Amino acid sequence: MQYIPQIIFTLILIAGVGYFASNVKKLFRNIKLGKAIDVSDNKPQRWMNMAKIALGQTKMVVRPIAGFLHIIVYVGFIIINIEVLEIVIDGIFGTHRIGLSVLNESVYGFLIGSFEILAVLVLIAVFAFWIRRNIIKIKRFLSSEMTGWPKNDGNIILYFEVVLMCLFLFMNATDTSFQNLDSGNVVSQFIAPFFDGMSENSLHMMERTAWWLHIVGILVFLNYLYFSKHLHILLAFPNTYYGKLRPKGQFLNNEAVTKEVKLMMDPSADPFAAPAEDAPVPEKFGASDVTDLNWVQLLNAYTCTECGRCTSECPANLTGKKLSPRKIMMDTRDRLVEVGKNIDANKGTFVPDGKQLLGDYITNEELWACTSCNACVEACPVSIDPLSIIMDMRQYLVMEQSAAPSDLNNMMGNIENNGAPWPFNQQDRLNWANES
Amino acid sequence: MNTNINVPTMASLFSEGKQPEVLFWVGCAGSFDDRAKKITKAFVKILNKANVSFAVLGTEESCTGDPAKRSGNEFLFQMQAVTNIEVLNAYEVKKVVTACPHCFNTLKNEYPSLGGTYEVVHHTQFLKQLLEEGRITMEGGKFKGKRITFHDPCYLGRANDVYEAPRDLIRKLDAELVEMKSCKTRGLCCGAGGAQMFKEPEKGNKDINIERTEQALETKPDIIAAGCPFCNTMMTDGVKNKEKEASVAVMDIAELIASADDL
Repeated sequence: MQYIPQIIFTLILIAGVGYFASNVKKLFRNIKLGKAIDVSDNKPQRWMNMAKIALGQTKMVVRPIAGFLHIIVYVGFIIINIEVLEIVIDGIFGTHRIGLSVLNESVYGFLIGSFEILAVLVLIAVFAFWIRRNIIKIKRFLSSEMTGWPKNDGNIILYFEVVLMCLFLFMNATDTSFQNLDSGNVVSQFIAPFFDGMSENSLHMMERTAWWLHIVGILVFLNYLYFSKHLHILLAFPNTYYGKLRPKGQFLNNEAVTKEVKLMMDPSADPFAAPAEDAPVPEKFGASDVTDLNWVQLLNAYTCTECGRCTSECPANLTGKKLSPRKIMMDTRDRLVEVGKNIDANKGTFVPDGKQLLGDYITNEELWACTSCNACVEACPVSIDPLSIIMDMRQYLVMEQSAAPSDLNNMMGNIENNGAPWPFNQQDRLNWANES
Repeated sequence: MNTNINVPTMASLFSEGKQPEVLFWVGCAGSFDDRAKKITKAFVKILNKANVSFAVLGTEESCTGDPAKRSGNEFLFQMQAVTNIEVLNAYEVKKVVTACPHCFNTLKNEYPSLGGTYEVVHHTQFLKQLLEEGRITMEGGKFKGKRITFHDPCYLGRANDVYEAPRDLIRKLDAELVEMKSCKTRGLCCGAGGAQMFKEPEKGNKDINIERTEQALETKPDIIAAGCPFCNTMMTDGVKNKEKEASVAVMDIAELIASADDL
């Protein structure tokens, strides 16, 4: 009988971690729907970027208030999770505060005391975040893409954190043996007096309830990640590792086009050559759906936590155009999730659903409003590149659909005919030197 | 004012068996746009005065393909690129300087994988180097105490991390460099990039160049300095829209330096 709690705990743990793992597998599968891209170069620089940008939060503090609050929650979250290790060991082996039998009492007290202080700081920061999202009208949280689920998602995450932190403090406050130690109960000692006069037994019941709710809450939160924008707490690390290392202005040259161009310029190429009968259908140029993007762009989409710093720096968005780089990322992710569900429902193969990223999610109007200024890329605290998706989709519009705005068609016609975006004769290119 | 400028072409130097120190890539705006041609000439005057051995491609130059690529026409871009690369490689060009950040970015970053690898510098970097080597001197008298704000071109700043060369040059003019609220890595676009220069903007509540001009005017400048012919056009239009053209000038860094030297 005495092993029943341990068995239940282990089963819950296996179920919680197992379900999360199965979803992570789906996540990997979905990301791998993207095209291959070689990101094996310059590993030292990539590790450095991950250390600085994800671990070191260097981009977050560009905006000092949000950055500072975020660091509190981030540090609190990571450090308090050390406590989860103890809970898991206690749960599996039926021990109580195993840390005390491993560590010196004062070391243990120092650790738990730090966690308690951090828990309070996290509560304060989360409260400030909630105010920012719901009371103060911060423009980037009020955009049209931030209604409904994205808005609720942001708040649910904050509520989760409040509940988890409170349970942690409550659990410590009702633990009489821990309170009697009088080491590490820096915060919980002020909560404990509220339960003075309660019987040992009911205190113990309360402590156990808080303990169980705490660990179950953590497992629920873990599994919530997959369905939420909050995945960034994990994906920020690979995303900053695989982030763009080239100068921001350097867009990749489409290799399929390079082959065509080289062939055209090659005087020995047979102009009448027909493709071999078994030659594969040529790939389409650019992107109209998520599977035309590369896997790093899809990883970008899952990593986006909808903070909106990109959109708030976007010159098009600032001047009232429909384009919002954040929406580009959210649309890409939502479409990818939809494609993933389609694959799940159809035994592992995608059955065309008559929809695509272009048109059903992202409109031409949004794509043509971009100035390619890289403000969104610079602003992203986790190295997401919305611009590359916009450019790939423009490439599809122009090269597959000839659907450029007519002004741009004129400009391109000029380049083709006379080597300048305006209708001037190439032979007049040096006239300026002789004009006074 | 000295109006005689000496502009050798690669073809003429090549026929004399000479190789210039640097190729000046003029760009389409610098060749054809009336406002940008003044920038081109100002830069050439400085090069002439410093006795820099340079040449232009002249009628052999063609659009780098930047607006085509940013519009999504990768094919046209690469056709432009490989034709230009053939010309540049035939002349064995090693170093290129250009006053257009779009040409600068494309030549520097997007030509190498297509077979064209050169040392490419923006004219503000080149001018700064000339100054450091003592090949030009700068008299600040004319601009002493003038408030100058610098508008970062996206394709020079964020795209290629060049923020200081143009600012160092402004400081050398003894001018008071004042920064806009969005500058350097957070500089606001003028609205011309990504081929927007060649089309009407999408529906919105304001034009981007007006927003940027307002930011610039907040600094109460005498001069808005630019380092890009397209930014120059956008900011000039913005200043006109605000009816400030009598009190605020929009000038390229090369024009500032040439004018300081009465060139």
